[in-house]
Amino acid sequence: MNFHMAWRNVWRNPKRTGIILVAIIIGAWTMLAYCALARGVMASSLESALNTLTGHIQIQNPGFREDPAVENRIRNPAPVAALLDHALPKGSCWAFRVQAGGVASNARNSQGITIVGIDPEKEPELSFYGNATAQGRLLEPGDDRGIILGQALLDSFETKIGRKLVLMTQDADRETASRAFKIRGTFRAEMEGTEKQYVFITLAAAQKLLGIGDNVSLACIRLPGRTGQDKAELNPVVEALTRELPRDLTALTWIDLLPLLKGYLGMFDRFMLLWYLVVFIAMAFGLVNTMLMAVLERTREFGLLKALGLTPVRIVKNVLLECLVLLVIGLGAGNLLGVLTIYLFSGGIDMSFMAQGSEFWGLGRLVVPFVTAKDLLSVNAVIMGLGLLVCLYPAVKAAGITPVEAMN
Amino acid sequence: MEILMAWRNVWRNPRRTILTILAIAFACLVLIFMLSVQVGTYEVMINASVKTRTGHIQVIKKGYNKDHKIRQVVSDPESIAKILDQTPHVTAHTFRANAFALLSSDLRTCAGLITGVDPERESKISNIVHTMRKGRFLKPSDTNTAVLGALLAKNLKVNVGDEVVALGSAMDGSVAATVLKVAGIFSSGMDDYDRSAIQIPLPHFQEVFYMENAVHEVVVTCDSLWHVSRVKESLAAALHPKPPAEPTGQDADQGLVCLSWDELTPGLIQSIQMDLGGGLIFYAILLVMVAFSIMNTFVMAVFERTRELGTLLAIGAGPGRLSKMLVLESAFLTLWGITLGILAGCVLTFWFQHTGIPLGGAEGMLKQYGIPGLIRPRLTLATALSGPALVFIITTLTALYPALKVRRLTPVDAMRAV
Repeated sequence: MNFHMAWRNVWRNPKRTGIILVAIIIGAWTMLAYCALARGVMASSLESALNTLTGHIQIQNPGFREDPAVENRIRNPAPVAALLDHALPKGSCWAFRVQAGGVASNARNSQGITIVGIDPEKEPELSFYGNATAQGRLLEPGDDRGIILGQALLDSFETKIGRKLVLMTQDADRETASRAFKIRGTFRAEMEGTEKQYVFITLAAAQKLLGIGDNVSLACIRLPGRTGQDKAELNPVVEALTRELPRDLTALTWIDLLPLLKGYLGMFDRFMLLWYLVVFIAMAFGLVNTMLMAVLERTREFGLLKALGLTPVRIVKNVLLECLVLLVIGLGAGNLLGVLTIYLFSGGIDMSFMAQGSEFWGLGRLVVPFVTAKDLLSVNAVIMGLGLLVCLYPAVKAAGITPVEAMN
Repeated sequence: MEILMAWRNVWRNPRRTILTILAIAFACLVLIFMLSVQVGTYEVMINASVKTRTGHIQVIKKGYNKDHKIRQVVSDPESIAKILDQTPHVTAHTFRANAFALLSSDLRTCAGLITGVDPERESKISNIVHTMRKGRFLKPSDTNTAVLGALLAKNLKVNVGDEVVALGSAMDGSVAATVLKVAGIFSSGMDDYDRSAIQIPLPHFQEVFYMENAVHEVVVTCDSLWHVSRVKESLAAALHPKPPAEPTGQDADQGLVCLSWDELTPGLIQSIQMDLGGGLIFYAILLVMVAFSIMNTFVMAVFERTRELGTLLAIGAGPGRLSKMLVLESAFLTLWGITLGILAGCVLTFWFQHTGIPLGGAEGMLKQYGIPGLIRPRLTLATALSGPALVFIITTLTALYPALKVRRLTPVDAMRAV
């Protein structure tokens, strides 16, 4: 009954209702679309950061993060390997790595790089190493003379597959260690910086170069699917690992390893909320104005209703119900448009026309917009909740109309 | 006459008028503030990059900015310096040479980028001099002395007074080695740079790396960002006296190019464009929202007064006068809104320009890009007026619709309307 009345009241002035509905629809639609784009951007930068050798969890010597030098290595990898083989959730993968700073040089050029010793069988599943061979082939198990480097680094050394490259670094005894490797292949990464920074050799070759026996720098773990992106899902795994790890090692999540990225994602979240508010306020002025007009031009009517015995609370309820009708229609259409837009772009937006700009912001080259259920909820909650709140003003105004003043 | 009537009409419904004015003012305020924040951030980013790294313009061997090979040198920098001395708007210039090397202290070894600088002239261009945390910057009398980034010093575990051995390849491919004494440690705020940079006097660099008198970069700063392109043009003309109709001619032998900061760090300008693009979408959405939000006021101003307007027509007011009156009404609203918005926007922006906006958890991230933890918006005439100008255009367009619609009213129909 009440709803029926509200519905009719809303459509008494279709033009006015239409205009304010368009405002609500555009508001909801753009909030969703902008949110989806921002989520896509965040996911893309997170994914590319995790792919760049971070993984979801790393097992390290506690000193390694502050000072990634040879001294801070894992000296007894065997129990760690045994633990990781049985304690990780199904579908996870992990591998040991040796990591050390060094210089690569040939007759043409010399450049500072990070030497990464990898397990040729397990590493491809873990990081970008596996998914983008530009030329040649990846390392094979036992290929202790081979090296894989980024395409950009290869170009700047003016060399090609099959040629030699000399790596120089400091070994465990603090002596300068150097050795020549043969270039087997090159990789392409989303960022040129990555291509220029990392060179890959086998774990055994790296251990020999640094003179560290069977020791490793870290173990990198990747959990299945998207489960590793959320703190709540990471924590139980980390706790389980920490319980059984040898005392002198720690398990760190990407949130610990990349605090900057975490801060950046947090800023994005806050920015989205600010954006919702700004759009909402722009919309709210129109909403209040429209409802106010609808109420004040019906002064006589409200006076009459009151004279007939309607309590002020019921009048407030009625006006809010009209407001609700507007908001529900607007939100329904706005959500539909928003989801449709996201669907249209679900193939991803190619950012490569801005490659260097997106590299600057740490983005991948493809951004796929998406929203989570939480986003949908918060967009709708903001518009609905705050919308009803601002409509209280015209509603209270209507409830305050006295029969005498109205009849006059 | 119309003005008076319009003014009175506007205040017939003060509540609605005030809400509409506030909506317009809000749009102006948001636009002014956001634009100022963006401009402020860009300026800081550009200046940080220009001051610590690239300078406004560099003269380099073609391709050096991409490959950074030690053989890509400017072999006769002095002749370029002579040209620069006579070019207007140039405030300072200096030479630099760079090479990758393995740096070892007693405890550690890591890779670094050695830059040979002219201590005296460098201090006029780069702000490294002002970011010394320990010790002092290089002096002209220094030889095998070095200043290095704070993170590099931490990685090498060295302090002022310690020695660092540098090992690299010289220009002729032979081994270049030198022992450097640490004179100072700087912290530019850009982690990337502080993790790898080490600076030594240019003459010592040229000796160690067999460069003779050659350098890699001639770095130029100008008196303002706006003069950069002009200086660049005149410099390019002076470098290549022959008309550049045939770029493959003799000029290519010399192979020198003149690049401005945006060409030297293309990522910077693209990231600015990207951010600006995102901002523009944001502003467009906001403007459309506001337009629909205030449209009802304008439309209702006509429709609820149809009778009244009909009467006016009947007693002889032409449709032109009615339109004029309605346009004046909306102009009052818009102007009030914009004035209020500009005032509030400027006050707010000005306030934050002085206090700065703290960024909480994201400070570290921004520091990587050379943005300090506080963002200071920058109020300029352009940021203060371009937003409100857009608001003015969009509200005028919105108001035009009812003002034109009124022309189709006939007195008889209008006076019958409720």
